[in-house]
Amino acid sequence: MRRTLRAIPTMLRIGVAETVAYRAEFIVWMLTTTLPLVMLALWSSVAAETAFRGYSSADFVAYYLANLIVRNLTGSWVGWQVSEEIRTGAMAMRLLRPMHPFVVFATSHLAAVPFRSLIALPIAGALLLSSGASAISHHPAQLLLAIPSIVLAWIITFTILFAIGSIAFFITKAMSLMELYFGLFSLFSGYLLPLDLMPGPLATFAAYAPFRFMLSVPVELLTKDLATGDALTLLAKQAAWAVGSVAIALLVWRRGVRRFEAVGS
Amino acid sequence: MIRVANLTKHFRVHERPPGLKAALRSLVSRTYKTVKAVDGLSFEIQRGERVGFLGPNGAGKTTTLKVLAGLLHPTSGDVVVEEHIPFLRKTTFLERITLVMGQKSQLIWDLPPAETYAMNRAIFDVPHAAFAATLAELTELLDLGPLLNKPTRQLSLGERMKCELAAALLHRPTTLFLDEPTIGLDVSMQLAIRQFVRDYNQRHEATVMLTSHYMDDVVALCPRVIVIDRGTLIHDGDLRGLIKQMDPDKRVSFTLPADAREPDALIAKLGTVIERDGPRVTVRVPEREVAGVVGHLFEHHATDLAIEDPPLEEILRVMFKRESPPT
Repeated sequence: MRRTLRAIPTMLRIGVAETVAYRAEFIVWMLTTTLPLVMLALWSSVAAETAFRGYSSADFVAYYLANLIVRNLTGSWVGWQVSEEIRTGAMAMRLLRPMHPFVVFATSHLAAVPFRSLIALPIAGALLLSSGASAISHHPAQLLLAIPSIVLAWIITFTILFAIGSIAFFITKAMSLMELYFGLFSLFSGYLLPLDLMPGPLATFAAYAPFRFMLSVPVELLTKDLATGDALTLLAKQAAWAVGSVAIALLVWRRGVRRFEAVGS
Repeated sequence: MIRVANLTKHFRVHERPPGLKAALRSLVSRTYKTVKAVDGLSFEIQRGERVGFLGPNGAGKTTTLKVLAGLLHPTSGDVVVEEHIPFLRKTTFLERITLVMGQKSQLIWDLPPAETYAMNRAIFDVPHAAFAATLAELTELLDLGPLLNKPTRQLSLGERMKCELAAALLHRPTTLFLDEPTIGLDVSMQLAIRQFVRDYNQRHEATVMLTSHYMDDVVALCPRVIVIDRGTLIHDGDLRGLIKQMDPDKRVSFTLPADAREPDALIAKLGTVIERDGPRVTVRVPEREVAGVVGHLFEHHATDLAIEDPPLEEILRVMFKRESPPT
């Protein structure tokens, strides 16, 4: 543990260096997280005249800008990376180092967060404070709770993707699972539309599935006025999912790594 | 020290004949076959030894090295390396070993090697002073100076291999598994790497286990060889002993003077001709007759005389042919 803590500053520094090595990729990444802006335009026009199921145009503006901010801070591509490294055998080199690849991947991804959000965040933040200001939560304490909630959302997203990537130990092409994951995530995390606009059974599923805690919960804390008890309950549930997802990711990894075939010579 | 007893490693491989029909059928029902990559292998290597690990393609060399380095779980058998069970991959084990695979890279592709080294220093928790000293030593031995700050993706294959070796040795492992460390390198680079491995072995009393397709690597570096085929041991011992046992005859090469009289008759008398290129000739001579042959050659004013063991490639070719089942 102490060894890990001592190593983290260097690993973060190198993570940053890796993130900024390619400027073009950097810009493409920033563009890929702007889907909420498209949805924003769509829903704003729907609600331009009258509110749509309780959402005014300003509500949609605030929702999707908050969505963009959270997604920028918590988005992860670790699943693709892990599954590809297992499939090609490149994971072997990581297994020869005395530090769990989970920690190494987590640190390098964490290092990338501020840089990947470098442009999107200030713009979205400024817009949120101007056009969407009326629809931001009126409770400062709740806005503060959004910070740990974003951290937890990052942990859940990272670990679930790490677990899905690790499934490549069991099946050769885990990439197809990633497609399935992204489909479910888009629908049930609130990425495409606010979860309270979902019809009955789907809304029930969304409330219990982990996806809500990967994106929607921090967005809700930023844009809704919740009772303090409700806000804390959401955070507690999110923390439980974070612990659970770390446990699942490490378990899948541990089971899987026994089957590693370190393909290629 | 490395101890391997009755090691087996089997893989289950999905088998599918070519064609669309077979592809569709494989969706519903699949046939698997078990490939015995390593099958009952046993040997021991003492600290500080340099051992060549030889065998034809698919013999199980790389699989064995991966088991020894803790990357693969053995199907059965006991493996102890540096007093550890490799597949548990304890920190104290990983700190003492390294595996260099000529075809796999641990260097961070988009950054200069210096960054990978910094990363490895942090992960292996090497104190800064010891790291600086080791890096200085490796930089000198491998002539890394101009390469350290060049992005890895811009390095040539040989340059990258040198940087890989350094990355693999920064934590000063005492057991080195080198799998084709000179693959694709030019002759001078091969020599440099060979020299380096020998120096490292001597300086740190490190155990070295090496596979290579270049027999010169093995001859230059490894007094002992372990030969396997189809996952089983077929020879373990002294390299010279192996050569003697398989082919005790020497190769005598010489150049005949331009005015040699009846060269064909002379050559025929000396031994079996292996190669003849103008006046340059190589003959195969039983060891006890070498002195007589050399005497003859002197009498006939032959020059550029060389007496050598048969090349290891030739020995192995014979060996693997003999081991193959009749077809």
